[in-house]
Amino acid sequence: MSDATTPVLQARGLTKHYGHVVAMDDCDFDLRPGEILAVIGDNGAGKSTLIKSLTGAIVPDSGSLYLAGEQVTFRTPLDARRAGVETVYQELGVAPALDISQNLYLGREQRRPGFRGTVLRQLDKKAMRHGSAAQMADLGIRIQSIRQKVETLSGGQRQAVAVARVAAWATSVVIMDEPTAALGVRETNQVLDLILRVRDNGLPVVLISHNMPNVFQVADRIHIHRLGRRVALVDSGSLSMDDAVAVMTGARSADTLQQVTVPAPRGGSAQDTSSAGTEAAR
Amino acid sequence: MIQPAVSGTAVAALESNEGSRRGGWRSLLTHQITGPLAALVVAVIIFSATTDTFLSAGNWSLIAQQSVVVGTLALGQTLIVLTAGIDLSNGAIMVLGSVVIGKIALDGNPLLALGVGVLVCVAVGALNGALVSLGGLPPFIVTLGVLTAVTAAARLFTQSQSYPISDGLLTVLGDGPTVGGFTITYGVMLWVLLTAVVGYALSQTAWGARVYAVGDTPSAASLSGIKVKRMLFSVYIVAAVIYAFAAWQAMGRTPTADPSGYATSNLDSITAVVIGGTSLFGGRGGVYGTLVGALIVVVLQNGLTQAGIDSLYQQVATGVLVVVAVGIDRIVRRRQTR
Repeated sequence: MSDATTPVLQARGLTKHYGHVVAMDDCDFDLRPGEILAVIGDNGAGKSTLIKSLTGAIVPDSGSLYLAGEQVTFRTPLDARRAGVETVYQELGVAPALDISQNLYLGREQRRPGFRGTVLRQLDKKAMRHGSAAQMADLGIRIQSIRQKVETLSGGQRQAVAVARVAAWATSVVIMDEPTAALGVRETNQVLDLILRVRDNGLPVVLISHNMPNVFQVADRIHIHRLGRRVALVDSGSLSMDDAVAVMTGARSADTLQQVTVPAPRGGSAQDTSSAGTEAAR
Repeated sequence: MIQPAVSGTAVAALESNEGSRRGGWRSLLTHQITGPLAALVVAVIIFSATTDTFLSAGNWSLIAQQSVVVGTLALGQTLIVLTAGIDLSNGAIMVLGSVVIGKIALDGNPLLALGVGVLVCVAVGALNGALVSLGGLPPFIVTLGVLTAVTAAARLFTQSQSYPISDGLLTVLGDGPTVGGFTITYGVMLWVLLTAVVGYALSQTAWGARVYAVGDTPSAASLSGIKVKRMLFSVYIVAAVIYAFAAWQAMGRTPTADPSGYATSNLDSITAVVIGGTSLFGGRGGVYGTLVGALIVVVLQNGLTQAGIDSLYQQVATGVLVVVAVGIDRIVRRRQTR
């Protein structure tokens, strides 16, 4: 088992080629327990390739992944989910015609105990409503009823339902891929509050976002991605938004930043990983 | 797992609240089946007041029997429409099933005939399902092609002849007890039973929840780990089994297997589904609405006949009803999807 300092999710040397295009070039990744880690990078920097390797959507050509210090391989998104890594996507991953409880348990429906569950395959709607209500209350999401259809909710509330579902099933990591991109200002703030609450309830969060104010509002650390690799891992308090953008776009070298040191993976090779990354050669 | 960890009262309030705008008697008003049921009641009242014969027990026996085949086809159709699909081939599949049963039964083995008939229906359903789910082709086109091919196949198989059905097992669904002049055939009972079974599967099982999810938002269903293609395929298979039951019922209703019969039953079944409140956009509706919808279609035809109105006007009335039903669905959907 992991202790408080073992990174929850780590990657070393991830590389992915698409033909001649190098989407990911010897990329490292570190997520500590109980933190919100923002992943930022310009369009085409390869953020989504990194995230897809963490969620099992793609399999890197080389490199290794560690979950709580143990080396793991995610060949499909289902592998990642089984390992407790859940993802919220930009597009709303909820079904509007179903109610909140049905959405929270979609694909993981709970059957009644005994004959009615095993033979008649009857769902335990009461237990699912109870679990959903507890989860929504736990995250402080305000809704009238768990039986409300999701289509009656605002965009922010819908994304809150998506976050609630992921937080309910994730046991190790929650990944959020641009969760506020489709939302207005007020709704974005609701979702950001929710992200903080997910972290405060004990789950580390990886937040992929283009929105610098959002990132600096909630992130504990920032992973700056450029040209297919991590060029910097910094505490969000140690740099300004302008610094982050400058490094992200290559206007300034990552050497000017105060990088965070990261431990080597426990089961990993003896390679030197004391510095988080180096500026990729141009 | 979801841990119920928070203060009990807040959680209980969330659980016990009905959805917004859905408390008490208002939930009845907004329930999907209310509109179709009201339309049926209005039609019954009008025909009862304007004709002497409509309300008789004999006529109601007839209405029930006239509804059985189309109602059963519409039951299978409902499942497919719930996945945002449509099945133009269901009548043709049923006809193919019944001529296969009719021909094999000539050799004196009705049980074997019935078994092969079911397999033939399921095989065609599997073809539809494979083309739609694995092939990713639009259900409208797939089932249009299968409709054409299967109709021709049924005629080739029979050389355009119809077979008389004499065996008791094959016509048993046309029999049934008579209570006070009202005959409830076993076919009617089977129709209601099948509707209840499918209704249970849709509302009480994970499979049903996933049918709605796949029909509503396939991408969200997929993100939730549901195997969308497998779900679609299973729906076409289940629908085909129901069409096989319709073939059996058709033989009870008229004891011949006619390759050119039931030519418009596919459209009638779609009409029943739509009038019954199931959305052609998928994810909304249910089988009880379809049962009412099938009754509406038949009551309208029956009542207008009793009133001595030209059958062409009956078709006009049915057509208007379909467009109105789809229009209502569209308006409701637009209002709900903000």
